[in-house]
Amino acid sequence: MVELGNLETFMVLSRRSLLASSAALALAPRLAHAQAPRRGGVLRVAADSEYRNWNPAIAANNGVFLVARKVIEPLFDLGADGKTLVPVLATGWTPSQDGKTHSFTLRGGVKWHDGRDFGSGDVAFSALELWRKLQNFGRDVFRNLEAVDTPDATTAVFRFAQPIPAQLLAAALAPLANVVPRHVYEGTDLQNNPANISLIGTGPFRFGEYRRGEFFRLARNPAYWGEGQPLLDGIVYRVMPDKGAVAAALEAGELELATFGGVSIEDMQRLGKLPSLEVVAHGYEALPYVSILEFNFARPELQNPKVRQAIAHALNPQAAVDTIFLGLAKPAVGPIPTTDPVFHTSQLPGYPFDPRRAEALLDEAGYRKGADGMRFALKIVPAPFFEQTRRIGDMMRQSLRQVGIDASIQNTDLAGYFAAVYRERNFDLTSGVYAYRQDPAISTTVLYGSGTPAGVPFSNQRGYASPEMDGLLREAAAQLDADKRIALYRRFQELAMTDLPLIPFVEFPLVSVASRRLRGHHDNPRWAVTSWGSTWLAA
Amino acid sequence: MIRRRLAQALPIILIILVGNFLLLRLAPGDAVDAYVAGLGGGADAGQIAELRARWGLDRLVWEQLALYLWRTVTLDLGISYIYNQPVGLLILERLPATLLLMFSGICFAFSLGLTLGIAAARRAGTWADTALVAFALVAYAMPGFWLGLMMIVIFSVKLAWLPLGGLDTLGAGLTGIARVLDVARHLVMPTIAVSFIYLAIYLRLMRAGMLEIYGLDFVRTARAKGLTEGRIAWRHVARNALLPMVTMLGLQFSALFGGSVVVESVFSLPGIGRLAYDSVVARDLNTLLGIIFVSTIVVILVNLVTDLLYARLDPRIAS
Repeated sequence: MVELGNLETFMVLSRRSLLASSAALALAPRLAHAQAPRRGGVLRVAADSEYRNWNPAIAANNGVFLVARKVIEPLFDLGADGKTLVPVLATGWTPSQDGKTHSFTLRGGVKWHDGRDFGSGDVAFSALELWRKLQNFGRDVFRNLEAVDTPDATTAVFRFAQPIPAQLLAAALAPLANVVPRHVYEGTDLQNNPANISLIGTGPFRFGEYRRGEFFRLARNPAYWGEGQPLLDGIVYRVMPDKGAVAAALEAGELELATFGGVSIEDMQRLGKLPSLEVVAHGYEALPYVSILEFNFARPELQNPKVRQAIAHALNPQAAVDTIFLGLAKPAVGPIPTTDPVFHTSQLPGYPFDPRRAEALLDEAGYRKGADGMRFALKIVPAPFFEQTRRIGDMMRQSLRQVGIDASIQNTDLAGYFAAVYRERNFDLTSGVYAYRQDPAISTTVLYGSGTPAGVPFSNQRGYASPEMDGLLREAAAQLDADKRIALYRRFQELAMTDLPLIPFVEFPLVSVASRRLRGHHDNPRWAVTSWGSTWLAA
Repeated sequence: MIRRRLAQALPIILIILVGNFLLLRLAPGDAVDAYVAGLGGGADAGQIAELRARWGLDRLVWEQLALYLWRTVTLDLGISYIYNQPVGLLILERLPATLLLMFSGICFAFSLGLTLGIAAARRAGTWADTALVAFALVAYAMPGFWLGLMMIVIFSVKLAWLPLGGLDTLGAGLTGIARVLDVARHLVMPTIAVSFIYLAIYLRLMRAGMLEIYGLDFVRTARAKGLTEGRIAWRHVARNALLPMVTMLGLQFSALFGGSVVVESVFSLPGIGRLAYDSVVARDLNTLLGIIFVSTIVVILVNLVTDLLYARLDPRIAS
């Protein structure tokens, strides 16, 4: 099996044995109301965002995946344990010793929704023209991809100019390696191809209808290769911008599911007590968000490590977990969340909540309280992506004022936040957020390394530059051996928590609210963005 | 008169377009920032620069403005950044829902406000009048979104009488009368939510106007002629009290365009208001300016119609 942690054996689990083992796991706690899966029914899901491009081979984004990954399939998906890869369009993977050649065996007999045969040419085209050139994240992971050889219809050999660690590739394949039909895209304007909306894939559901501002409808693919799948007749995503209305629709039985925190925390608490609904906090283990507090090193005060440590001591993550997240979160211990089964380590320097220690450190750093009880002023810019990060901003402001830092809040919307933090560096502190993506090299290290051009989202635009950190990250990026990579990234976590260029504050899943009629759900660490082929609705 | 008014409208449109263009440019961040932030990460500097070039956001402001004005003259509203679709098409898609909501909202507020206003004026000083005035105060103070959510909780969640959102039943495939009724059922709550505040204004306006006119000499004359109270109220007093109502109607039309944003969000209606809100968040200049252009024209036309109606109701204005 392809283990993200240990890549010595590359035999992918057969689909049947994997299904059997995960089915056993999933059934264990549910035996009480075990039922035979029912076919039929349309699942109604809340969606809060719409996109200009719904093609997951171009836009790697969970909001896109929520819809598109039912239609368009990846080479592999992540298994229920969060470590193994489950074969989807690929059935096997053999990397070469030098890490430059990765050979994939593809599933035979698969048909596109328009009736044409799926083959290695589609994989080669998707990889070279879309993932490598157009896709966010893909442009980084596949930047050294030189060619994809297709000796026959079920073999695709990826050739890289520079070695790429199999471990990194494995983590990238589940979200990024989404295959679209070559015959639909070749020779067209890829960004404006109509199939970016009227999706054509190989998945259990096919595109039905999209009415902007209203709904996105998917219908069963009767010719799906997966035996007995899908169980649902269709899925309707209703575009509902108001969270209060989503909560009411769930309560009234007009929706069966809201994912990715589509319901406000207060409503969630109330809905969870209803007999018809359940609040689901699992099934997001591989989609964790980490709330972070970033320091702008342009401020001389914040260049002082003692000040940064003092701020860490002044904050109380447990209080945020209890009040803002109602317990459905954990204080973060480092840049890699505890839900990561491979890289995370908790043997890291910590900064427990201790306002007195914070004050002592600030005094030591030479910032004594003035006549008004304040030492210096800081401007906090909270990320507008989630209501939680805004509230953390308010909480930070209170905590900092208690230790004599005159903190103020500057609220912005999405574009304003982005311009202020990643382009114009017009902030002192953020109440930010970042998504961890299974391998620290995908979205974590970019928060710590230096030299990223201005304007790159979710990167280090704070002026933190440490030769030691940069050296370590370079060494880790070049390392092909899985175990040595893990060791290097553990050292990275230590250095990150010693230097403290940003404070990982709370790690949180984005919770779902689901009807109790919904079955076969949240049984995968990336469930919301998987195919939902085995999901069904009880009568 | 029509020609003169239309000639006056042209500089107004120009000022609105240029003003809005510059105002929107003042907002922090641009469409690429919003798009890239919405992607959730992983975009690199090359991709971002390429997007800015493709969307023409790397040009100088005055250059963009000149280009925009020229496009508007040729009635080309450009391509939306959020949806990657022609703005004209997007607006046409969204216009029916908003117009339907505005039309039903205005009819509801105007007719009910008028009737209740007359009823209150005819019973001035009684408990019924006091109750109606108190009702108007409450209706005036109630925010539309709150009223909308409360109605959803009562009539959709608890009583399950009315659908809680959208313009029609998804996938029902209804036609003819069945479809009209389906849409009407979906519009009941949004209509009330969007128009309650205007209902209150009309009620107060009508009541005050009636009371004022009741004190005039010609009403005494009418009474002396021996006309019935009902005839006096409807033919003599109400018609004269209608003038300020028509003024209000024209103003409300413009305000409803903006006021529908919140109600459209609460009831998930695919209208212009929501499109405008989404465009602001996404810094989608083309879409937003397109919406402003279209609403400017609609409002100018409505004002023209109001003036014509005025002249018809009050012959003194026409001459």
